[in-house]
Parts: sequence; C-alpha cells; structure tokens
Amino acid sequence: MIRRAAKSPADAPAIEIRSLRKTYRMGVERVHALRGVDLTIQRNEFVAIMGPSGSGKSTLMNVLGCLDRPTAGAYRLNGRPVEKMGAGELASVRNVEIGFVFQTFELLPRASALKNVTLPLLYSRTGWLGARRAARRALERVGLGDRMHHRPNQLSGGQRQRVAVARALVTNPSILLADEPTGNLDSTTGEEIIALFNTLHEEGQTIVIVTHEEDVAGHAQRIVRLHDGRIRSDLPTPSDPIHRDWLERAAIKIKDMGAGSPSPALEAAS
Amino acid sequence: MILVRLLLQTVVLALGQIWANKTRAILTSLGIIIGVGSVTAVIASLTGLKQFVLEEFETFGAKTMFIDGQVPESMRNRISWRSVQLTIPEIRAIQEHAPAVERITPRYYNSYAIRNGELTKEGVLVMGIWPEWHEITDRHVILGRQFNRIDEEQMRYVCIVNDQAIEELNLDRDPVGDYLLIDDLRFLIVGVVETKQLSPMFGGGDVRSEVFTPLSTSMKMDSGLWIRDAFAQMADPKQADEAEEQIRFVLRKLRGLEPGQEDTFIIFATQQAIDQFNGLAAGMTAVAGGIVSISLLVGGIGIMNIMLVSVSERTREIGLRKAVGARPAIILMQFLVEAVTLCAVGGLIGLVIGQSLTLLLQNMPDTPLEHAEIPPWAIALAFAFSAAVGVIFGMFPAVKAARLDPIEALRHE
Ligand SMILES: Nc1ncnc2c1ncn2[C@@H]1O[C@H](COP(=O)(O)OP(=O)(O)O)[C@@H](O)[C@H]1O
Ligand SMILES: [Mg+2]
Repeated sequence: MIRRAAKSPADAPAIEIRSLRKTYRMGVERVHALRGVDLTIQRNEFVAIMGPSGSGKSTLMNVLGCLDRPTAGAYRLNGRPVEKMGAGELASVRNVEIGFVFQTFELLPRASALKNVTLPLLYSRTGWLGARRAARRALERVGLGDRMHHRPNQLSGGQRQRVAVARALVTNPSILLADEPTGNLDSTTGEEIIALFNTLHEEGQTIVIVTHEEDVAGHAQRIVRLHDGRIRSDLPTPSDPIHRDWLERAAIKIKDMGAGSPSPALEAAS
Repeated sequence: MILVRLLLQTVVLALGQIWANKTRAILTSLGIIIGVGSVTAVIASLTGLKQFVLEEFETFGAKTMFIDGQVPESMRNRISWRSVQLTIPEIRAIQEHAPAVERITPRYYNSYAIRNGELTKEGVLVMGIWPEWHEITDRHVILGRQFNRIDEEQMRYVCIVNDQAIEELNLDRDPVGDYLLIDDLRFLIVGVVETKQLSPMFGGGDVRSEVFTPLSTSMKMDSGLWIRDAFAQMADPKQADEAEEQIRFVLRKLRGLEPGQEDTFIIFATQQAIDQFNGLAAGMTAVAGGIVSISLLVGGIGIMNIMLVSVSERTREIGLRKAVGARPAIILMQFLVEAVTLCAVGGLIGLVIGQSLTLLLQNMPDTPLEHAEIPPWAIALAFAFSAAVGVIFGMFPAVKAARLDPIEALRHE
C-alpha cells in the first residue's frame, strides 16, 4: 500500500513523460498510437488535450491514468517512476493519486449514486463510516446531495457524469483525468460539467481533460494538440492560434446574434 | 483489518449477486444441493441404525463373552456333537489361565414342570448357574441371597426365581423360605432375581418365568456330563481380543488341537461384534461419501461454468473496479468468495433438505431409524466440502477475472 505522505518530492511536477511510445500489435500489423511524446504538467494546472480522432488522445490518457503501460519511454507521476511498478502497485496508484472520468460514465447500473461513489474507497484504507462520509461530501460537491440514493437509470446524463466526477474526486486524487467527459452530453449539460471542472480547478485541483470542443478547451490554461501520435503544439490557451481563430469566428457569430460571450476565455483573449 | 473488511464486503457483494440471480444460483448449485442433501440423509440413517444396533448389543453387555462347543463345518461327519461340549474342568482352566477373563459361569438348562401346591406350570426354563452369573449378566438378587459354595458343592435343592415366576406360580410376594416342586423334587426358594429385558437379537423377547438352581444341582437332575455353554466377563471391553486369544489358547491346548486344525468351539464377544458393525457402518459411510463426491464434482463443474459466465457478463464492472484501484488479488478474492458463497448456500439448502429427510425417516413406522440424526461432523464436512468445491472450481474463473486488463475490460461490450 502506498502512503500519500511518502508519495513524492514536494516540488516535482504532477506529470512528467519523456519519449513516450505506445504500439498496439494487431496480428502482424503494428499501430503506433504514440510516437514519442514529451509532456510536463505542473500541479494545479488545467490542461486540455485536443486532436483529431485516432490521434492518440485516449491512449495518452490511459497511460497517464496508469490504466495502460507504455511500450517505451519514462513516466514520472509526482516524481515517482511508474513504468517499473507491478499490477498491484499500479492499482494503488490509481486508487490514491488518480481520479478518472470516462466518456461513457462507467457507473455500476445496480448501485445507487452513493454506492458508486463509495466504490474507490472500498479499495483504500478508509474505514466504512469514513468512506460513506467522504462519498456524501463528494456528491454534495458536485451538486447531487439530493440524489444520493438514485440509481444511474434514474438520473439524467449530466447527473450521471457528475456522479462519475464525484467518484473520481472521492479519494482526493492529486490528478483528475477526464477523457471526453462531455462527449456523450448535450451542450448545456456539458457546460454544467465544465463549470464544475472550473470550480475544482479554482479549488486547486490538477486537471487534464481530453476534448473535441474548442469552447470546452477554452476553460483550460493550456492546450496540447496531438496529431498522429505526436504533440503538434503545446501552448497557453490565449496564444493557441487555432483557439484564437475559433474565438474570432465565435465573436463574429455572437456579434451577429447580439448575445453574450460563449466562453470566459473570450474576454481574456480579446 | 483492511482484509477482514474487504472479505466482509466481498461476502455481502457475493450474497447480493446471488440474490440478484436467485433462480440461476439455485439451478447452478443443484448438484451441490442434491449431493449434500442425499449424503446427509444417508449418514443420518446410518447413524440411527448404528445407534439402534449398539443399544441392542449393550443389552447383552459390552464386556460379556459367550463360549460354546461347536463342530466345525469341515469335521461335521467325523466327530460327534457330544465330544465338543464344554466341561467343568475346561471352565476351571479358563478361570485359572486366562487373566483377561475376570469371571466366568457355566450354564446348564432344561425345561421342567413346576408345581406350587395345586398350580402346575409345564415347560419352565430351569437354569443351573454359578453365583458369578449375577455379576456377568448384571441381574442381581433383589430378595434373599445368591447361591453359595455349599449349595454348589453339595448340589442342594435350592432355587432362585424371577418376578414372572412368582406371578405365574402364584407365589408369595416375598417367596424366600417357601418351597417349589421342580420335576417333583422339593426346592427351597432362597432368592428373587431381577428381570432384565434382553434384546430379541440375543434370544430375549417376552419375559418368561425363570427358575435358577446351582449348576451342580441342575446337572445332577439331568445326569448331565457336560455343560451347555458359558458366559465370561472381562475387566475391560478393550480386552476382548486378548481374552478371546487366551480362552482359545486354553481350550485348544486342553483339546489337543494341532496347528491348522479348526476350533471345536466358538467365542463370541459383544465388543468384537460392535467393532465389526462399526467397520461395516464406516464402509457404508465411505460409499456414501464416494457417491457424494461424484455429485459434488458435477456441482463444481456447474459452479465453474456459471462463474465463467459471470466473469464475462461483468467484464466492464471488473475493468471499472480495477480502474478505481482494485488490486488483482482483491478481484480474485471477490470471485472466489462468490463461488464459495454460492457453494455454501447450496450446501445449506442441501442440509435443510437432508434434515427434512431425516425427520421423515425418524417418523417412519416399523424402521429402526428413530435415532436417525445428522451428526455435527457430517454438517461440518458437508460445509467444508462445499467450500472446497467453491475454491477449486471457482479458482479458474477468478484467476481469469483477476488477470483482465483494465482498459480491455472497460472496452468490452
Ligand atoms: N486496443 C487497441 N488495439 C489496436 N489499436 C488501437 C487500440 N486502441 C487504440 N488503437 C489505435 O491507436 C490509435 C489511437 O487511438 P486513440 O488513442 O483511441 O485515439 P483518440 O482517442 O485520439 O481518438 C488509433 O489509430 C486506434 O485505432
Ligand atoms: Mg478517444
């Protein structure tokens, strides 16, 4: 079991990867999903990873989340090398350090929201009462204090994803990873989730999020663009040319409609 | 601590899983239910039968041995029945040279007409005994006295009667000092002996009138040259084999039997019969155990099958659990506990069925099974075996689940 106190030198970056490669073998054919990625993410950063479909975003997130092992390269999580860890050690890293939000929520259908959120604590050192208390608090944090005993099929899509976020937060992870968390939601509910991420970031949470949508990415401080398994650009959001371009076009659209700003980053950029 | 909590949680989880698929769970554990149910019923009836037989034996006395002359099958046409009968000197020799034999009494008996005043009763059993007889058969004198050495040496006309004789011959309630006519000879009643119901297995049955005389007296009345048979008693039932060997040695020597020649007598010890019966019962239990292990094997394959189905149905769930930090060992434990719980629940249902069958057997008329019951060791064994089946046949699916890659499991449809 890994103790949080012993986890890292205090000043190490949250995530540090060097020459990361991931090759899938399909029979004789090889698919190079990641072809040498270098990336450093500091604590309390809010980073968006973007890129066309098949560019390796999910593969990268799975490696960052210790769900998958890279084929080659180094990965330090809070200063600790991950690539040499065994399956059991990886499991406790996932439990203690990482909160993962999936595009498809991945809630247990027969369990209540509270039970779903308690799940990661079953595998931690938290006692039963403490686990329940933490799960309640996490659900209240995502605004579902009144839906604790609902099952997933009694909740809307946005509520389900908020349960999933609560589950990711319940262990107080050092890093929150979300792979297209709004991908299965309509834009209004998506915005709710992103607002939630914003609040969490303001509270000091390190967040890495994969998204297709520029307005979602606009909330991040930094945008990493992948293409064909490589990083094509890695810039602060305001100076990302693609994002600026999108903002300008959005501003024109809004001016035409005479409505308010679509994104808080809009004001920051203009 | 954390392990105990996890174990509890997995048991609760497993029970929930089983409850959610009740019908499937019961169908799956049918092999185990039937196996445990039938074997516990068989063991219960064996236990009842054993209890019955042992009680029968015990009426005869666990320390008692019976000795009689007998012509062996192979010599049937060569030697006479007379030549193998036990004699007083032989009994004395046993008394002297068989230390494991604590006491011995010869028996001689015949039927006579008995008269008390005008009342005559034909065909009453009159048995000649030594005073040791009372201790050996545990039938003590309740009024008056036993025979003494003078009675025996002088072949005195004294007798002891039982309650039934008092009743049937219309004797005084306390007949000591009164007289009886046995075969027209006048006998002084010196005592009354208690009546003990002997099992029909040992020639008991209805209580009959009995009259006892000193051995020498009864032999004289009949001009008997040899005794009928003898009862011996050892100090400890454990000495049965020893006592038998010693008696055999003495008798063979006296009768000049060569090595290789068969005994011209039989020795029957209750304890040996009990041992033999216990051996038989153990054999039957083993056969029942063999049958149950086959049904448990079949049950185990059913369990393995359903657990494999369960693992593949819940692949995504396993992936998620791993993603949020469940170690492979925990996943292994979860599925193992589920398999064991499934088997244990099956075993429990089987026990309930076995117990119902046992109650049915107990109340079946005209069977010696009123003592049928499932012994605690059988309950423990049934559970242990069910759990073992769960562990053995649940291992493969559990390992399969534990080895799943979290990402691949989450991608599973
Ligand atoms: N399990 C796998 N086996 C084989 N190829 C895979 C597997 N997972 C992903 N890939 C391939 O790796 C590349 C990157 O995939 P992915 O990381 O899912 O992309 P994105 O999330 O950016 O759409 C794609 O070409 C995809 O087909
Ligand atoms: Mg993807």
